[in-house]
Order: sequence, then structure tokens, then C-alpha cells
Amino acid sequence: MPNPILEVRDLTTRYITRYKESVYAVDHVSLKLEEGKTLGIAGESGCGKSTLALSLMGYYFPPLHYMGGEILIDGQNISGMKPDIVRKSILGREIAYIPQAAMNALNPTRKIIDFIGDVVRAHDPSWNRQMIYDHARKTFEMLGLPAEVLQKYPVELSGGMKQRTVIAVAVILSPKVLIADEPSSALDVTSQKMVIKMLRDMMESGFIKGMIFITHELPLLYNVADEIMVMYAGQIVEHATAKQAVFDPLHPYSKGLMGSIIVPESGLRDIKLTAIPGVPPNLKNPPAGCRFAERCQYARAVCRGTSVALSAADPNRLYRCVVPEAELRRLYQSGD
Amino acid sequence: MGHTIRQIFRSGKFVVGFTILMSVLLVLVVYPWWVPDPPLQILGQGTFFPPGIYVSAYDASNAPVLYTLNLRDAADKRIESRLSQEDRLAMQEWLVADGLPESAIDLADTDALLALWEEHYEPDRRLPGMTFARMRYYQRVDAGLDSLRSAGGGEILAARNPETGELEETGMVKLTDYANISQVANVRILPLGTDNFGRDVLTQLVAATGVSLLIGFVAGLIATAIGLTLGLLAGYIGGWVDDIIMFFTNLFTVIPTFVLLILISFSIGQDQRGAITIAVVIGFTSWVWTTRSVRSQVFSLRNRDHVNLSKLSGHSLPRIIVADILPYIASYVVMALILQISSGILAEAGLSILGLGPRTTEVPTLGLMMNWAMIYQAHVLGNWWAYLPVLLTIALISFSMNLMNTGLDQVFNPALRD
Amino acid sequence: MATDKKLCLSGRGVTKVFGIGRQKLTAVDHVDFDFHEGEIISIVGESGSGKTTLAKMLLGLISSSEGEIYFQGQKRDIRSGRKRQEYWKNIQAIFQDPFSAYNTFHKIDTVLLDCIRMRGGKHLPQARKVELMEEACGFVNLKYAELTHKYPFELSGGQMQRLMIARIFLLKPKILVADEPTSMIDACSRATILDYLMKLRDETGMTLIFITHDIGLAYYVSDTVYIMERGRFVEHGSADSVILRPREPYTRRLISDVPKIHEPWDLSTVVFA
Repeated sequence: MPNPILEVRDLTTRYITRYKESVYAVDHVSLKLEEGKTLGIAGESGCGKSTLALSLMGYYFPPLHYMGGEILIDGQNISGMKPDIVRKSILGREIAYIPQAAMNALNPTRKIIDFIGDVVRAHDPSWNRQMIYDHARKTFEMLGLPAEVLQKYPVELSGGMKQRTVIAVAVILSPKVLIADEPSSALDVTSQKMVIKMLRDMMESGFIKGMIFITHELPLLYNVADEIMVMYAGQIVEHATAKQAVFDPLHPYSKGLMGSIIVPESGLRDIKLTAIPGVPPNLKNPPAGCRFAERCQYARAVCRGTSVALSAADPNRLYRCVVPEAELRRLYQSGD
Repeated sequence: MGHTIRQIFRSGKFVVGFTILMSVLLVLVVYPWWVPDPPLQILGQGTFFPPGIYVSAYDASNAPVLYTLNLRDAADKRIESRLSQEDRLAMQEWLVADGLPESAIDLADTDALLALWEEHYEPDRRLPGMTFARMRYYQRVDAGLDSLRSAGGGEILAARNPETGELEETGMVKLTDYANISQVANVRILPLGTDNFGRDVLTQLVAATGVSLLIGFVAGLIATAIGLTLGLLAGYIGGWVDDIIMFFTNLFTVIPTFVLLILISFSIGQDQRGAITIAVVIGFTSWVWTTRSVRSQVFSLRNRDHVNLSKLSGHSLPRIIVADILPYIASYVVMALILQISSGILAEAGLSILGLGPRTTEVPTLGLMMNWAMIYQAHVLGNWWAYLPVLLTIALISFSMNLMNTGLDQVFNPALRD
Repeated sequence: MATDKKLCLSGRGVTKVFGIGRQKLTAVDHVDFDFHEGEIISIVGESGSGKTTLAKMLLGLISSSEGEIYFQGQKRDIRSGRKRQEYWKNIQAIFQDPFSAYNTFHKIDTVLLDCIRMRGGKHLPQARKVELMEEACGFVNLKYAELTHKYPFELSGGQMQRLMIARIFLLKPKILVADEPTSMIDACSRATILDYLMKLRDETGMTLIFITHDIGLAYYVSDTVYIMERGRFVEHGSADSVILRPREPYTRRLISDVPKIHEPWDLSTVVFA
């Protein structure tokens, strides 16, 4: 079996606030991304999914601090590298990142091609204008974007086009892995579909080898990802294939999350949406036991005592709960 | 509210600025107790007395007790201060004629000069080409030096007898006589000397700072009140009200404020210009920026949902403005007020330097003091005490207010917090 | 459609034009609508479709440039302040962003007391007022004793939105306009908010108008759906007919572009524009 394109072992990062408090936003996260696959990360706001995306790049700046763990891209360990080397030779080349609302980060006074020039020269100053233009045009055409876009200013592009342009710029140096954090959440549904199509095409043509897709929109995640990881309070609470995660969730939190999905399909009006009472724990001072225990309707005394490890339901499926799989299913059955 | 004030006083910049300003105010309050003179009273006959302690010469020599002190270097110090430059040059001339090279004589070094003089001078020797009168002159210089150095020397005090008209000796001031300064009836400290009219600069400066702060405060209040009212009306009501207000605001924006200020001040005329008049004029010409920024803030606030909610809760327009708009811009308005006060002080200074400030007979202002110093060429004559303290005061007040403003900005603007 | 019911709010040729001259922007373009008493209506549109502008016109927060709105069959007249206040006893709103919907300088009590005052309870004894506020908070499962003397921003987004519903509970208007009430809060709290809104409607029989971009949500909650595109209603009808059997190409495209979980989401038809 070949190396996974991205492997993360026990990655832990924290924020240090200006009052010197630690917030463990990513707590011992491990994951494997096989070539050609898309891994989806789901969770509510504040669960640490965006921090995970930032942490995966191996480049940390305050208030985010690296605490431990390893990140391997195609077998190459980047977690021990100097920040400068990571910035120059890893970011953009090995792993690329599209942050939330990336399309609003374009400088309105510069053309797209100038922006690409900055990106390329930051990694390799030897490129000249013509080389950059030729390369950019080739990449844009491959990604289904008209080459005229290169000579335009950001304001001349529609929202969807701007977002697709930003994605094209992010992958201009053909990285192996792309991390997309809510790449389509600010767009209308039609533009969203175009963005997803573009990402899908990039994966299918092998332009990028693997993708991590982060969103709180579960129906979208279900359609994009092969596997889904559900995060809660900085930890992975469930890792399964997309189908399993959505239709057969094991962790009570995933169960609640999937029960709140609303899609315009017949039969929707007959189901009752799940509501989870309460709010997530404060990560400055997380509870000792299961972090979800306070909000979980199946919680028992043992849940609040010791921390809960991830257990395997079957070889490719992990969940973080003390209750055995069979019993969980029985509980869900009787609850319905 | 209490929370906000605590936050404000946790900002280092604000506290420093506030402390400076309060110290200035404290001085303004305390100083008149110490020196109760009216600030514009003319003390000195003459211009620009340098800073220092002024002791009445008459009272010192007629002090109730004179003490005898034998101080080792008293004679040298006395000679040093009494030996005029003319005498020194004459001494040099004699010594050169005696055969010393000119380069060996240092006129500034009194001790060395005197040593050479002792060594070479012969009272009866008449150098070639020297007139008799010149020889007598040298003898007088030498005798003077001797008497300044002798232990028993002194000067006789005499008074005219009212009956005979004759001078009669009333006492003797010896070289070793000293008066205790606390027993001298008249001593006046002029820490910053006097100005061109012979008025105490420090007393004037304290009074001027107070008046200037008042002008700044009145101007700032007027400008902020106008700016706030117009900004609220334009921003909240919008429509044609906004159009009319913005028409005038833009009109005032394109006319340079200072030029306007000069024209208005000039047309009021010298006799009509009191300190408050000037403050009002400054206030009425500097509301423009407050209006513009209050308007734009209110513009975005009025579309916020909490304002909509307040409307839906049946609140009236004045209540919405007071309860739902004002609190959100209060911090900004306070900052604008502080800036307006400090720029009001500067505007007054600018106007007065040009001679368009308040009329000069009533109260001093910082600007007027600068104006007087400039007219009487204090800066050319090197009389720094007439203008430098004024400049520093203006700088200190502006600095403290801007510091307070920056501090407030940091508290109220989350983006600037570190 | 519930044609046997009484008309509650309707409009003919309602239009809103912003700006003047060449910068003119028609946000809402001659729309007609009939909302009946006790109905749950969704107005669905993408951003920039004019749905929020329409909501503000319904609420009387902005005036319409053209057309007439009828309240209970009568031409709505809200030109004077007194008449507006009278109208706002009948129509209320819940806004999208709970964080900006409260005056952060006022405590929670102020928000609720305003509602009691509006219902004519200004001179009630203090104990009765507290009782009313406790009842309202209890309705949305908040504890008044814990909230009193707190500021809205000390609550979570979900709690703030529940407080908004408590406010409506006190006011008991005939119409509630909910402008994206769940889009800023987490999925897990969404069901709670919707549950309380539904419970409130069942108790008071008020007309509920949802303004949303989420077709799934519109389908889930409403009886009648209006689809809005560039200031116009392109299609309206019962939720089942509009969402499951859309007639207009725009509606069809909109629904097909929303990712679903039981039905395939076809990416092959995407044309890059």
C-alpha cells in the first residue's frame, strides 16, 4: 500500500491568549488522507475545524502555537522544519490553503496576474513576467477559467468567479494537498456548485492529489467528501465514510448533528429535527471526561470521569464514546 | 459605565495624558495663591529681564543685621565679576607691550591674568609711547584690584543731611559683609524673567494657559455640539435634511478653516474681540469634521437591527436617538471633543500670532504671549524665556490631549487593542 | 392554499427603488402577494434578491416607492408616528444576527419591559411585570432569575435568539416576520429555535413570514413558499408544489443546485459561467 498523501499523527496546537491562557483548539488529531480522496471535516463554529486547517500547514504564527505531533506530506515530515523553509518550499508547493472568505482578501487595486506574480516570486524569485503569465494562463485554462480573468481587477469579477480565481491562484504551484475552509459558504447555490465542480475536476485530473474540505454545511460535505471527520471541542469524535457518517452516525454528537440536516427533498417535512441543548465547553478549561457529556442525553457517570479514547467500530471507522457500538445502536433504535 | 471608566484608566497612554493635564490644571489653581499679582501688571522698567532672583540692593545693604563672612575665594569671584572686558583688554595691551606674546594671555582666565599682572606690572613704569593719562588709568585699575582684594576694604554709605545739605557718613559696607536673603525686605523671584513690557513671564504664562484652555474648551464644546447635532440629524433623518446639511458641510470643508477664521476675526475688529468671542468664532468654524464623521457613523448605525427593534418596540425618534444611537457614538464624540479642544488652543495661538487674537489689554493667552515675543524680537535677541516656555506649554497641552485621545481610541476601538 | 382564511397582509405592485438618476436600483419590483391569517409563509431568495427590503417594507421600517400594502383588507396607513406604533402592535420581527439586534447598553429586563409597556402594561405592579417576564423566559426555556441584570451580549447566539422569541411571546403580534432567524446560529440550536417559533404560532395563531435563502428550511417550515429573484416573485404556491414540482426554470435551477443527501447532486450539468 502506497504512502498516504497526507498523514497526521497526534497533532496538537493551542492558542495563547494575551492573558497567557491556553486554548487547546486542536487536541491530538490523527488522520490519513489517501491519494485521490477527499476528507471532510464537520463541526459547529468554534469546534476547532478552522484551526485544524491552519495547523495542518505546519506554519504557525501567534497566537497559534505548535505543541506536538507530526505532519507527513507524501512521506516527508514537515513538522520539524524551520518556519522559513516551510513558508518557502512547503506552502503552496506541497500543501495549499484557501481560508474562509478568501475572495475578499484580493487587493482591489491590482490585477489578478500581479497577485499571481507575487505568489510565484515569493517562492522562486527567478521567474520573469512572461514565464509567470504563460504558466498562469495554462493553469487557468486547465481549471476551466478564461485567461482574460488574469488581466482583470477583482471588482470586475462576480463572487463565484472571484472565488474560483482565488482557488486557481492557491494551486498555481500545483500542490499535492489542498485544504479548503468553507470555500463556498459565502456564495449563492449556483456559484457554489461551480466551485465544487472545479475542485472535483482538479481531483479527477490528478492536478491535486488529495483534499481536505471543511464546512458546517452537512449536505454539501456529504456530496464532496469520501470520508467525514466530525470534530467537537477540538477533538475528533467520529471518523467514517461519508455515507456512514451521515446515515449511520455512532457518536451521540454526530447523531445530533446529522439529525439537524435540512434539504429540500420529499419526506423532509415528516422528520423531526434533533436539537442538542446547551453550548460547547470552554476550551480554556475543558472537562476532564467526555467533552460532550454535559449535552449528551445518554451520558452516564463514567463519561464525566476519565477522558475517552477513540475506539474502532470497524477497521476504517473511529468514534469517541465509552458506550459500545451495539449498545449505542440499541439506544438510538429505542429513541426513534 | 463604571466598567468603561475602569477600562479607560487601565490604558497607560490615557493615564499619562490625563496626569499631565491634571497637573497643568493643578498649577493653574495653586499658582495664584503663591503669586497673587495680576498677570498683566508691569513690574520692570525695561524689557526682557533674564530669569533669576531679584534682590533689592538698597534693602540688602541696609539689612537689620550684616554678617561677616571670611570666604576664601570671595575676592576672586568679585574680581571675576567686576573686572570689565575693557579693563582686561587694557591689561593685555600692557602685558604685550611688556614683551609677553599675545598668545600666552588668556583673557577669560581671570586667575592667570591676575598672576601675570602681579608679576609684570610696575605702577611707575611708563611704557614707550604711553600717555600720562593712560598711565594713570593703569594705576587706577591696579588700585581697584588691590582694594577688592584687601580684607579691610569697603564702601562708605552716605546720606545728605537735610539741614546742611552736606553728605554725612551713615555706615560702611565692608567687603566681608553679608546679608541673609530671608532678612532682606524685598526679594522677587522671576523664574522666567520679564517680557518686553517688564511683566512677569511665569505669572502671565499661568494666566494665559488658563485662558487658552478656556478658549479651547468653549471652542471644542461649541464645535462638538454643532457637529453632533448636525451629524445626528443628517445621518438619522437623511433625505433632504441630509442634503441641506451636507451642502453646508461640504461648503465649509472646501473653504480653508483658518482663512475663514482670519476673515471673521478681522471683520469683528480689535476692540470687539474678547477671549470668549474668539472661542466662539473658532467653535463655529471647526464643526465640519465632527459633523461628517458623526453622520457616517449614524448612517451605519441607523440600519442596525437594534434600531429597527427599538422602532418596533414603539419608541419615539428622540428616544431612539438618545438611547440607541448616542451611546454607540459617545466614545467617538468624547474623543472628537478632546481633539477639538486641543485644536482650539492651537487655532487661538495661530490667530494671536498673526495679531488677530483677543484684544491685548485684558487677559493674556498663549497665542498673545507668542505674538508679543515675536513683535519685540525676543527670538532675535536670544531672550528665550519670553517664548520657549509658551511653546512648551502649548506642546504639553496638545501632547497630553492627543495622548488621552489615543488612549481612548485604544479602549473603544477593539481593532487597536494589543 | 388556504383561500377560506381571512387575508392578513397583502400587497399590490409593491416596489422599492433606491437612489436616484443613473444610480437607481430597483430592489423590489412590483410584487403582489396575499398572506392569510395563521399561515406560515416563506419568502426565498438568494442574496441581493430584495427579500430583506421587502421584509422591511412589510414591517413598515422603510416606505415603499410604489404600490399599496393592505393590512387585514384595509389600506395600510402608517404615515404618522402614532399610527406606526399602532401598526407595530400587530407586526413584529426577529432578525438574522442576534449579536446586532440588541442595544448592548441595555439590560435584558429593558428589552422585555418595553414589550410589557407596549401591551399597555406600563402601570402594572412590579411583581406582575416580573411574573410576565418569568413566563416569557420560561416559554423559551430560559431562567429569568439568571438573566435579570445581565446584558444580551453575555448570552450565546442561540440564547439571544430565544430571548427574541420571548419578546414576541410577550407582544403576541398578529404577524411575525422572521428574517433568517437561524442562519447565524449553529445547526444544533436551529431545531430549538424553530420548535419555539412553531409552538408560539400554534398558541397564538399568528401569521409567520420566514425570509430565508435556505430552500430546505423554507420547505421544512412553511405552508406557502414565494420564490424571489431580482426583486420579483417568480413562483409561489404551497410548499410541496413549489419545492417538489417547480414550474419556473429559475426555481428548478435553484432547487437542483442545492446539495441533497437522498437524491443525487448532479455536477455534470454544471456550466462554468
